[in-house]
Amino acid sequence: MALKGNLRDFTITQLLNLINMAQKSGLLVIEGPGETAKITFRQGKLAYAQLGQDDGSLASILHTTRKISQSQYQLLRQRTSQMSDKELGLLLINAGYLSQDDILSSLQVHFTEIVRRLFTWVEGFFKFEQDIYPPDGKITVRVDLENLIIEGSRQLREWEQLQEEIPSLDMAMKFTERPGTNLRSVNLSVEEWRVVSYVSPKNSIRMIARAAKMNDLEIRRVIYSLLQAGLVELVRAEGTPVAQPGRQFPTQNKDEQKSLVNKLIGRIRSL
Amino acid sequence: MQTVKMVVTGPFNAGKTAFIRSVSEIDVVATERKISSEAEKVKETTTVAMDFGRITVDDDLVLYLFGTPGQKRFDFMWEILSEGMLGFIVMVDSTRPETFREARGILQTFRAYAPTPYVVAANKQDMPDAWDLEDMRVALRLDPKVKFMPCVAQKRDSVKTVLLELLYSILAEMEEGQS
Repeated sequence: MALKGNLRDFTITQLLNLINMAQKSGLLVIEGPGETAKITFRQGKLAYAQLGQDDGSLASILHTTRKISQSQYQLLRQRTSQMSDKELGLLLINAGYLSQDDILSSLQVHFTEIVRRLFTWVEGFFKFEQDIYPPDGKITVRVDLENLIIEGSRQLREWEQLQEEIPSLDMAMKFTERPGTNLRSVNLSVEEWRVVSYVSPKNSIRMIARAAKMNDLEIRRVIYSLLQAGLVELVRAEGTPVAQPGRQFPTQNKDEQKSLVNKLIGRIRSL
Repeated sequence: MQTVKMVVTGPFNAGKTAFIRSVSEIDVVATERKISSEAEKVKETTTVAMDFGRITVDDDLVLYLFGTPGQKRFDFMWEILSEGMLGFIVMVDSTRPETFREARGILQTFRAYAPTPYVVAANKQDMPDAWDLEDMRVALRLDPKVKFMPCVAQKRDSVKTVLLELLYSILAEMEEGQS
């Protein structure tokens, strides 16, 4: 019977732990925020992973992990489109372009990176079906899950802390008004500079993340460090529709509103 | 009958229910349940929906006080509770620095919901291990302009002071808006 559930009730870390401890084999499908991940395990070890619309072909993974150039990738796509990944891998090894280690390490890096990304998913549905494997032509790996689980737990804690610190990506930032702070004298990383260049009450954090090509975790990390350094503060993004405050006062007349507040003050004083 | 409302928010076990109880003329309509999570067992019960207190001003005006649920998994209620509020109070437990970060997050979230005046109350200031107010201000990264005051939620006078400070802020903002 398939194991099904919600990530709110059963986290990615708990799922991987279960698969690892019970040495399960099969396919885990996770429908996360906006995309779907398909992860295959063999005897409790990571074997294969595919995310979203990514075609998951060997050529594209070798290109992503920079084992082959863009032009080589294009060439492979044109000439080897009918080949399976195993056939392509063999061809590249026999032609002396890459070693077996190169190919396997690329696949490991790619698959573990996909699993790492899953740790930031807190919403979504999962389904684990036993004994379902990738098509025969795909190359699988054997990666122990322990390190990934430990790393994932760490990342989850960091994610939770960052979410508490920066609860909404719809907020914007502005530079703090602290005389004497000279941004040029602060040592910022490349990522921090990229974010700093967009700091303005007009840009929501979500917009900055999109422009700087960062995921939720990465942008939160950068903003957290900028907040900690006291360089920026969070503000409501300009132009965003203000949450309708609803009817605060029973009257629209300003004088009557003031009179009402004065009545409240009088009453509280008399308590 | 005219009604207005204020919201009392803050992390789990910050003293929101006690705050409302101290001034409400009715028994607070509390929705407390026994705590099941071991990690959160610093007290026996917690608010799972909202607390609700009332102060009648005169025949025609009533102030309602709403306390938000303390546990994070009920934060979906915050936006609903914040609708139409005159202002809000963020309660912080002065003896539990591990909740300061969460308090900052709650404050930012409420500021995003509605640009209404607010005050921050450092509760449990009568406890021997309570943090000093100035240290808390730094830890909470509160702007010097933000009203931040000591509080003992069980004491009516202390709660009155906090409520009055919020009302003064509301009045000041109205006067600024008119000038």
